[in-house]
Amino acid sequence: MSDSPYTSTTNACKLCSPLGAALAFRGIEGAIPFLHGSQGCATYMRRYLISHFREPMDIASSALGEKQAVFGGGPNLKKGILNVMSKYGATVVGVATTCLTETIGDDVPRLLSEFRKEFSDLPLPEIVAVSTPSYSGTHMEGWHAAVAGVAAQLVKEKAPAERRVNLMPGFVSPADVRHLKDILADYGVAGTILPDISDSMDRPALLDYEKLPAGGTSLADIRAMSGALGSVECGRTVPASESAGANLERRFGVPSRRVGLPIGIRETDAFFAALSELTGQPTPQRYRDERGRLVDAYVDAHKYLAGKRAIVYGEEDLVIGLVSFLAEIGVTPVLAATGAVGKGFKESLAAVTTDILPEPPEAREGVDFFDIAEQAATLAPDIFIGHSKGYRTAKALGVPLLRVGFPIHDRFGGPRIRHVGYAGTQELFDRLVNLFLERKQEDCAVGYGYL
Amino acid sequence: MEQAIFEERRDQIHRMGEGPFELACNRESLAGAVSQRACVFCGSRVVLYPIADALHLVHGPIGCAVYTWDIRGSLSSGPELHRLSFSTDLKERDVIFGGEKKLKAALLELIARHKPKAAFVYATCIVGIIGDDVGAVCRDVAEQTGIPVIPVQSEGFKGNKREGYAAACKALFALAGTGDASSVKPISVNILGDFNLAGEIWIIREYFERMGIQVVANLTGDGRVADIQRCHAAGLNVVQCSGSTIELAKMMQERFGTPFLRVSYLGIEDMADSLYAIADHFKDQDPGIVARTQQLVREELSKLIPALAKYRKDLEGKKAAIYVGGAFKAFSLVKAFRHLGMKAVLVGSQTGTKEDYEELATICDPGTVIIDDANPLELSKFVRELDVDVFVGGIKERPIAHKLGVGFCDHNHERKEALEGFIGMLNFAKEIHASATSPVWRFVPRREAQAKALAMGESK
Repeated sequence: MSDSPYTSTTNACKLCSPLGAALAFRGIEGAIPFLHGSQGCATYMRRYLISHFREPMDIASSALGEKQAVFGGGPNLKKGILNVMSKYGATVVGVATTCLTETIGDDVPRLLSEFRKEFSDLPLPEIVAVSTPSYSGTHMEGWHAAVAGVAAQLVKEKAPAERRVNLMPGFVSPADVRHLKDILADYGVAGTILPDISDSMDRPALLDYEKLPAGGTSLADIRAMSGALGSVECGRTVPASESAGANLERRFGVPSRRVGLPIGIRETDAFFAALSELTGQPTPQRYRDERGRLVDAYVDAHKYLAGKRAIVYGEEDLVIGLVSFLAEIGVTPVLAATGAVGKGFKESLAAVTTDILPEPPEAREGVDFFDIAEQAATLAPDIFIGHSKGYRTAKALGVPLLRVGFPIHDRFGGPRIRHVGYAGTQELFDRLVNLFLERKQEDCAVGYGYL
Repeated sequence: MEQAIFEERRDQIHRMGEGPFELACNRESLAGAVSQRACVFCGSRVVLYPIADALHLVHGPIGCAVYTWDIRGSLSSGPELHRLSFSTDLKERDVIFGGEKKLKAALLELIARHKPKAAFVYATCIVGIIGDDVGAVCRDVAEQTGIPVIPVQSEGFKGNKREGYAAACKALFALAGTGDASSVKPISVNILGDFNLAGEIWIIREYFERMGIQVVANLTGDGRVADIQRCHAAGLNVVQCSGSTIELAKMMQERFGTPFLRVSYLGIEDMADSLYAIADHFKDQDPGIVARTQQLVREELSKLIPALAKYRKDLEGKKAAIYVGGAFKAFSLVKAFRHLGMKAVLVGSQTGTKEDYEELATICDPGTVIIDDANPLELSKFVRELDVDVFVGGIKERPIAHKLGVGFCDHNHERKEALEGFIGMLNFAKEIHASATSPVWRFVPRREAQAKALAMGESK
């Protein structure tokens, strides 16, 4: 369980599960995320997401009041869905529960089947329902539940076989998803990337407000998943038995390959190997070139990084990917921390560092920024790597912060940060090296113009 | 575009000049309508949050605490305990077996660690449902630690922000009258409903100092527990942001006989009128106060008015939209825009009351749309239809404005620019000017389309 010795939580290093589900649903074409709970949840999450993405983020709510909390939220849920159908024209409604509706015991699947019967005369949208009580897991559980829910509930029959790959990228940035799309295209296969927030959460300036942002994984592509060559799921800690890939494998015999988030050379190699295995194609030349350039950069900068000590925190799979990367470039991950628990975090960290670090990094799960700060004070780190919320901890130690992942609330362009693939790693690597160079230059009175 | 409006919400929107003014409000938000409102917890949290030497413990699952971590730009001149996010982080086991033990342990742990002057415990949605007796735990811990430990009954579903404000006022009222008030002078005020965003309460306190008025307690910007404990002895409560703290003023009037005045520190007339009204209140006890106040206003205006002129020159004729939490702020903003030569064409709030909207209607121009508890579809519809140049709102409204190519000014609790006081009016003008006159708008689709239409018209 939690590695924190404390009962209270201070400055949590996690978010609650409905947020992850709401964002994942935004990556489905024509979908509106819908929280079954009180109005505040949707509003808070919108605000939190908007501050990172700087995009409209409409999340509907069943807006339960006191009466509904006592007598059940069914009528509000049904009315709310009718309203988003008529006003948003949603073709998919992604319903996620909250702590309130889980605690009062609303049976959402039953309510939805009643709803489908009651309004069978209307052209109903697809409705995906996931259980995301905020008292269980983190936003990553919500994300994975939504992804798995879409595969389990919307892929209903075996599609004709085609040269297609299903890719579940995990919670990565819109820029990351764009890169992954390019990779699938260069393999010459059709792809279903689930979910796909590359357009929906990074839209151009527009003339009209889009009720539903364009982009997202289409229903047709979702239904075609059951006829794919195979699935690749990124993230070593994605719950193995309930994942989208496992579901499609069990029901439709679509082989599923699990890899880590493709950050660094080895995890990206494994990602390309999985794609090559499923498609029968070698890694396209463009990516072999990118890999070569990345290795070249590793070499050119290795002495700037030698012996540096990093504290990495955040979502479990991102931390694992980053630690794997840091181990390759001679930066010592002195602490790997996450707010999540029970995800095999430590085992995965050991797996990605076993042949490259003398011993696995110190790993702590179920911790908050109070725990991280307390330990950081004894570790003499040179850098923090994670999202914006570690800023004050890093600042207190006078250490720079390399901002990655989500949320980036204190810098511009968070959705355009790339992390994955050789090219994404290259960008991370350049930013990391430059942070150290900047620090070295600033700390030195000489004013060297060459470093 | 009319289809953007829900049938059920038609009477929550009014266009000035079209029939007699009547606006439905104070309703529960419509399910599925993507209201911009938050919840009861949010209302309590934002009001109490700036009390900087108190512990603010959110009792519930992690979400409520983490989404409100350091979100207000409320500055403190001393301790900064309010900027930390504390939670009991309830788990499934706690939901089943109850969270009281965990709450008590967390409180004792945090009080020992931070030595706060008081603790507020916020009950979130599920706390009432699982039946935790938060009041009993608070009493128990207060006895053990010797500091006030105050429950805030802010279960999210029990209404909207207004009920949260009321719960916060109740919590504040529990502190009032419990401290030594021997240092409080007769000519003194408490500042209610100011949250010291970007240091605004310091601007207002300086005005009061120049007028010769002692400020007893800030409620709650840069607030301190000891000040709140002695605030019952102040001569007057000055209440801004009437939605959030008027309940406290009423309770204090009833229990302690403290009179109150509603004020606004936004814009020119409202700022000046507020100071004059306060001076008027004290003029029998201090005859010199009126002259000092006149002197203050004169000095400030002599700096402000010429400085505004250069901004006004560029802004003349531009159109503004206002969507804020409470309607009271909207009055001041409508007037403030007039000083910039601009017209507010869309004015709305999340939680305005009938009286608020009636008053608002008296100062709005014909054609202006007044709206209660709007949503993104309605806001974007009117922004386009009314061809708005600058939108004043909060972070949730910003992407609506920006996506459609409309300027934006953050006037909500995350703002980092001081917009109160006379200097705040100048900052407001700068903010509006910086956004409205940016060269970027020529590239947005809306302006490109207008430019194209114009060019075609000319070539005919």
